[in-house]
Amino acid sequence: MKQFAALYACLDETTKTGRKVECLREYLSHADSVDAAWAIYFLSGRKPKRLIRSTDLSQWGAEVAAVPMWLFEECHESVGDLAETIALLLPDPTIASHMPLHQWVTEKLLLLPKLDPTSQKELLIDSWRQMDRIERLVWNKLITGAFRVGISQALVIRAIAEMANLPPAVIAHRLMGTWEPSAEFFNGLITHEIEDADLTRPYPFCLAHPLQGSPEELGEIDDWLAEWKWDGIRAQMVRRKGVISIWSRGEELVTDRFPELAPAASELPDGVAIDGEIVAWKGDQVLPFSLLQQRIGRKTLGKKILESVPVRFIAFDLLEYEGVDIRERPLAERRLHLEKIVSESPDSITLSSVEQGGSWNELALRREESRQRNVEGMMLKSRQSTYGVGRVTGIWWKWKINPYTVDAVLIYAQLGHGRRASLYTDYTFGIWHEGKLVPFAKAYSGLTDEEIREVDRFVRQNTIERFGPVRHVRPELVFEIAFENIQLSKRHKSGIAVRFPRMQRWRKDKPIGEADSLESIRALLEREPADDSS
Amino acid sequence: MPDLLVTTPSGLYCPSGDFHVDPWRAVPSAIITHAHSDHATAGSARYLTVDEGAKVLSTRLGPEALIQTVRYGEPIRIGDVTVSLHPAGHILGSSQVRIERGGEVWVVTGDYKTAHDATCRPFELVRCHTLITESTFGLPIYRWQHPSKTFAEINSWWETNKSAKIASVLFSYSLGKAQRLLSGIDASIGPIYCHGAIERLNQIYRDNGVLLPETIYVGDASRKTSFAGSIIVAPTSARGTPWLRRFGEFSSAYVSGWMQIRGARRRRAVDRGFTLSDHADWPALLDVIQTSGAERVLVTHGFVDPMVRWLNENGWQAAPLHTEFRGELDETSEPSTANPEGSDS
Repeated sequence: MKQFAALYACLDETTKTGRKVECLREYLSHADSVDAAWAIYFLSGRKPKRLIRSTDLSQWGAEVAAVPMWLFEECHESVGDLAETIALLLPDPTIASHMPLHQWVTEKLLLLPKLDPTSQKELLIDSWRQMDRIERLVWNKLITGAFRVGISQALVIRAIAEMANLPPAVIAHRLMGTWEPSAEFFNGLITHEIEDADLTRPYPFCLAHPLQGSPEELGEIDDWLAEWKWDGIRAQMVRRKGVISIWSRGEELVTDRFPELAPAASELPDGVAIDGEIVAWKGDQVLPFSLLQQRIGRKTLGKKILESVPVRFIAFDLLEYEGVDIRERPLAERRLHLEKIVSESPDSITLSSVEQGGSWNELALRREESRQRNVEGMMLKSRQSTYGVGRVTGIWWKWKINPYTVDAVLIYAQLGHGRRASLYTDYTFGIWHEGKLVPFAKAYSGLTDEEIREVDRFVRQNTIERFGPVRHVRPELVFEIAFENIQLSKRHKSGIAVRFPRMQRWRKDKPIGEADSLESIRALLEREPADDSS
Repeated sequence: MPDLLVTTPSGLYCPSGDFHVDPWRAVPSAIITHAHSDHATAGSARYLTVDEGAKVLSTRLGPEALIQTVRYGEPIRIGDVTVSLHPAGHILGSSQVRIERGGEVWVVTGDYKTAHDATCRPFELVRCHTLITESTFGLPIYRWQHPSKTFAEINSWWETNKSAKIASVLFSYSLGKAQRLLSGIDASIGPIYCHGAIERLNQIYRDNGVLLPETIYVGDASRKTSFAGSIIVAPTSARGTPWLRRFGEFSSAYVSGWMQIRGARRRRAVDRGFTLSDHADWPALLDVIQTSGAERVLVTHGFVDPMVRWLNENGWQAAPLHTEFRGELDETSEPSTANPEGSDS
């Protein structure tokens, strides 16, 4: 318990991800396998079912601390966390315990729900007696089920991967599903026998560059393949030896998140890896990304959301065929195999259509349909290209439609993070509505370092009010804000939400009176396909 | 018998002696417990404080302030009362005010702590009938660990940063807390730099015979100075300002009693929070109240209501006393020292 409490303290007291990974890696390399398994169990957000009534816990905590209940409540209110309140109030420990984490968990924690209240109380008082403040905090948090410390699943995976000297994708896969924390589990997690992980492992994704100039510069249109740029989640669908896995670009195994895709994937031939995009799809139309996002945000997928936001996998490339890596074959050839596979699979796997155009001009016209189609524009891929690893120049281009732009006024500023920690770089912009500026979007990027310094100075000299870290500034600076998409939103004051807002230009020439109004932005909405989510 | 102290719009007032204690407005005659801005307001005609605190007070009030001094424990007669000042252990020159009339004794604690502090005299227990106590940390969740443990934590943080070749920036109150930190950290780890607001006060502490390690005023460091491995002590008001840019990559920490609570630590945009306070924690507050022998306790700034209720439930005659003192501020503001950064940058 002492080591685990020290790990908690270490993760809790730093904001730096590198340091967090280091702490966990250190812990894992020194801990017993079974302790390590339990640590991973708790750190990845798993927890035993309710162990004890929190009113009982409060009462016993107050009793041992010898404070009246009303004062305990005052303290609880001040601290905001029950586990911590009790840890702070209890008298100092009388003895120290060197019992390891797994023993605390299996012999005490998991015993709690089986005991009557009197024995529960005895067990708790006896355990508190042996723990210092930080151990008690951790212990109480395990009991209340509020064990959260700022470390993401991705960082937990990274730490295990570094400790085991294995690729994160292997660890991610091995952590999927349900498992019992045990020494065997942990040893299996870090073993270099990677047969099992091989079956699911995805390939690194090939990424595109934005097309800056005009497509004519790419040469002959016949050398290029044009597809819609789908607005969803980039994903790989893998089937090997009957094992199905769907991976997101973040190397996250998302098979469970899309129950309608797994059955379709299981009908794929063995030994394939398909690259594509998961999109929300209804009828013959892609739904706006915001709907898909609502679905991704859900912890559990109810029947309702599965019906209102069904998904499809739009396949656009084939990386493995008949168990052979074909990434070095030309796209045109890969595409042929892909078409054959997809034509024989269920509807929820669809082929990304190739958009024909006799000329670049004709294609450009087609591209104008992007907004109606809920896509971001087009992708241009060289027919002769191999499948690259990462962002390779010259083979895949994103040919996005021009963003919307709006002139808005800087109204709030907040300090940035990391490198920009002492500069005001996080801005909120307002637009006119009924004679007032209402907040409409936040943006962080798009200015040069020089411009940032200039805005930073302005913010410091023109603060009207401060709310904690946020400064309300005199409305004076106008920026052209570019964004990709616009939706109605109940969560935003202005009633609209925009996607990927960024500062395109500082309009030093514009007085604030000439900034856009909510009404003019709502007019843009009418050109958008309806969002039937609300 | 009428109360020895009453509250008026200007502050705590002693009618029998015609003086105020720590008034928050200008008055004809003010006794000052210590120089923190919520206790020492400029503009009064005459001030009385303990000799050790006079210099600090004068930098806070300005050179034109008329400050008279007494020694700790030296009784003086003011009107119908006898007044003496006694160490409060809060910062250099901090006092409790003892007021006696015809055998009845009142004590105003001002801000105080009973924990060890090498930069000021230890708290002296003064027996009284009525005690006016602060309650900044008047909840049982506030129990300080031994200061040496906090210093060990700070030293270890500094060492870690040093081996990562980055600077350590420690934010704290510039008067009192900063000097206590300087006296407690391990100066052998690396160079210690101070913000101008703190360096000026360091000098006064040294003039009063307080032993502090060697410190360098940040403004004296050449433009090319590398701050990697060194520690910089800065007022909380310097947080998030461009003044910090010169230090290159750094880890930041905040030192305060509020850092006892995890939520408070996490809300700070600093890397670390260390718990160290110049105020009494819950056990110390109760201990002082108990041993002072007071039957009546008036509770000011802090967790007044729970403290009063607890005291009433446990045999004291307690009541809240409204003042404008603020105790240990929980946030960035420390208004009276916020100005000097301009001269540094």
